[in-house]
Amino acid sequence: MDRARKDAAPPDPAVKAALERRGRDPGQLVQILRELQEWHGWLPPAALAEVARELGITLARVRGVAGFYAFLAREPQGLYRVLFADNVTDRMQGSQALMAEFCRSLWVEPGKVSEDGLVSVATTSCTGLCDQGPGLLVNGRAIPRAGRERLVQVRELILDRRPIEGWPEDLFAIEDNVRRRHALLGSGLRPGEAVKAALERAAAIETERAASDRSWREGVPQDAEGPLVMLREIERSGLRGRGGAGFTTAAKWSACRAAPDGTRYVICNADEGEPGTFKDRVLLASHADLLLDGMTIAAYCVGAREGLIYLRGEYRYLLEPLEATLERRRRAGLLGRNLLGRRGFDFDVSIHLGAGSYVCGEESALLESLEGRRGIPRNRPPYPVTHGYLGKPTVVNNVETLCAAALIAVHGGDWYRSIGTAKSAGTKILSVAGDVARPGLYEYPFGVTVREVLEEAGAECTLAVQVSGPSGTCIDASEFGRRIAFEDLPTAGAFTVFDDSRDMFEVARNYAHFFAHESCGFCTPCRVGTSMLVGILDKIHRGRGSLHELEEMSRLNPVLQASAHCGLGHTACNPVLDTLKRFRPAYERRLTSLRFAPDFDLDAALAEARRMTGRDDPGAHFEGEA
Amino acid sequence: MSERATFELDGVEVPFDDGQTVLQAALSAGRYIPHLCYHPEFTPHGSCKVCTARVDGRTVATCTTPARPGMRVESETEEMNGLRRTLVQMLFAEGNHFCPSCEASGNCVLQALGYDLGVMTAGFRHMFPVRPVDASHPDILLDFNRCVLCELCVRASREVDGKGVFALSGRGIDKHLIVNSESGELGDTDIAVTDKAVEVCPVGAILRKGLGFAVPIGSRRYDRRPISAQALDDAPRPREGGHD
Repeated sequence: MDRARKDAAPPDPAVKAALERRGRDPGQLVQILRELQEWHGWLPPAALAEVARELGITLARVRGVAGFYAFLAREPQGLYRVLFADNVTDRMQGSQALMAEFCRSLWVEPGKVSEDGLVSVATTSCTGLCDQGPGLLVNGRAIPRAGRERLVQVRELILDRRPIEGWPEDLFAIEDNVRRRHALLGSGLRPGEAVKAALERAAAIETERAASDRSWREGVPQDAEGPLVMLREIERSGLRGRGGAGFTTAAKWSACRAAPDGTRYVICNADEGEPGTFKDRVLLASHADLLLDGMTIAAYCVGAREGLIYLRGEYRYLLEPLEATLERRRRAGLLGRNLLGRRGFDFDVSIHLGAGSYVCGEESALLESLEGRRGIPRNRPPYPVTHGYLGKPTVVNNVETLCAAALIAVHGGDWYRSIGTAKSAGTKILSVAGDVARPGLYEYPFGVTVREVLEEAGAECTLAVQVSGPSGTCIDASEFGRRIAFEDLPTAGAFTVFDDSRDMFEVARNYAHFFAHESCGFCTPCRVGTSMLVGILDKIHRGRGSLHELEEMSRLNPVLQASAHCGLGHTACNPVLDTLKRFRPAYERRLTSLRFAPDFDLDAALAEARRMTGRDDPGAHFEGEA
Repeated sequence: MSERATFELDGVEVPFDDGQTVLQAALSAGRYIPHLCYHPEFTPHGSCKVCTARVDGRTVATCTTPARPGMRVESETEEMNGLRRTLVQMLFAEGNHFCPSCEASGNCVLQALGYDLGVMTAGFRHMFPVRPVDASHPDILLDFNRCVLCELCVRASREVDGKGVFALSGRGIDKHLIVNSESGELGDTDIAVTDKAVEVCPVGAILRKGLGFAVPIGSRRYDRRPISAQALDDAPRPREGGHD
């Protein structure tokens, strides 16, 4: 009703273009909004209303999605939107002071837009540049090593109002920093070599070829011997998921293959959001063909014809190179129809970009996001292998897992199993950062000890290592003999090192803020609990803590463990519990009382009145303050 | 009774039909498991987690866990009720809930759960969020201070009223209810006072105007009977038939 009148507003060309590119599909809402964000620098209300009208969905749904993702701004931003990465490694490299200085020099307050509308500055979660931090995002483009010098340069470019496309290229140059190669990083495979090997695995069995050709077009090559031969090889390899949970890859693929529905999807989870992890950044930048070979092999095994890469928004700069790789593979017959000349072997891949949400790394939240909704983890069962993307059987695998599958196609399952330990076959790429001389990627066979990694990376006086990021485990020097393996220290890859100059309380507080910021808010325990945890830690940080707070934290943890909806909530207390157990003095020395200290400081509250009256005599102070 | 599959709830066999979740089966068998965001007329979605129980050793939300034959559910334990108490305390601390001045007092599921579970103290520091009230609609008041984010109005407006008046935006502790109009005000939506979305609010977030205190405090729904008894009356009881 009231809408008809407002229809008079001229249509937004950016909305029209985004809608056309995305086929006017409400399922592409996140991509449409992300493109509008890039165009306008924020999401103007009129544009959102137009999107809702054109897609035939409610404005409330559009606003709900826009309000979920951190990179989608519902308020005007500066012409230059500068986001400082706020992972603990960025902080260790001085990001907080650098940001304060940057803000002062541009006359802008953090979280606000400068008076002239030129610049806005805020923080963002880990950008995956821990090995070359501090990390910075300017209008979505990643800048590594954003130290004092670079920030001066950035400031000058902003004051010159130079379009970001014209900024010096070296500002955006991101290193791979591969320090140690093993089977995966040193594979040296040519594009398509692994797919070819997978097809040839069954070539000896001539009769199966016809069966495979016939059934493929019908959806599931149930009776095809070729995919089964490859799947058995994956099974023999003992490959387990590299995203952290360690689910057996062959079991996942078999379940998807066995699901009754015809259409299947293979999805690569490249939403590498765990603070301290950056291995996928390098795999996507320099080993994209290996990944795509792996996806194609997964598709071959389960019978999928469509693949998706969910690329985290922080890696926006990888979109064009990846699109170029996809195009090159299409031309080479490695994507598209009749791959490698095999009739009926069709597979293509498209890329979806995230928009700033850690929880979308959880596979069912990722699917929600892919379908154009808020990234809320789904209730399970049913599981994605039977009811995944668009309700169809779907395999969701980590980047590294799919790369490993490509290696197995070439070298075989027995070869892969011969690397690593009994329960953890193969290699693991560690993202080593923090207090080490040589940060970067280190690929080891599973079973390597923490100490070996520390030595090779040049760590000295190490106090603690956060293995697998804040959702993983924090260990101290007495545990450096422990091994990186599913049976001891499982990891998604982060390996963040703290030397004895670091304050582990502040490390835990940074991680707690991260979880509260990234909680999707769906369930009560995580939504409220992570926020309460932050409140408690901040109170201790302000010097108002007591034993009461330590007890309160230990009360919160079982609630999150027992009742949170997904892994984010289950693990949100880990950094605090681990550090409380191992570095309790870091907490205790901050406590002001053994019983209880109120957060409200009466004497401090009188400061303003003292200033106004120009008094500072004893009578103007509250004496009862402990 | 014919051959219905059963599971064990606190030592008692509970029969269930195919497709029922643990909570649904329990309620229709006359067994109460505390719950908040679950409503018998809507697809369960499991966000409040108040119905959490130990099922075969794992703690899960019973409203979304499909019933399976032979499963062992522990619900009426001090551990589980302690957990529920904490979750209810969290909800109280998160919003601005002042029962004595709330029109929903006595009809409020959050308050009733508090009484039933023995919540005696706040337990946590209140967050006292600043949330405006939306009084733009002539017949309906929307008080975000009391919203517990159960999404029942979202589901009701979409599934029953066919309107989509309500949705959620923001995330984490900033998650909040929004309404479907360009102004963001309820008065500019197509909501009607007779909508299911208005009726279904379990707390005092969506209130009908002009009806204040029509039923005196002391004679209201949960004043008369504790929620643990009332919820069983409300549950669909396919076999024995309901109380009318």
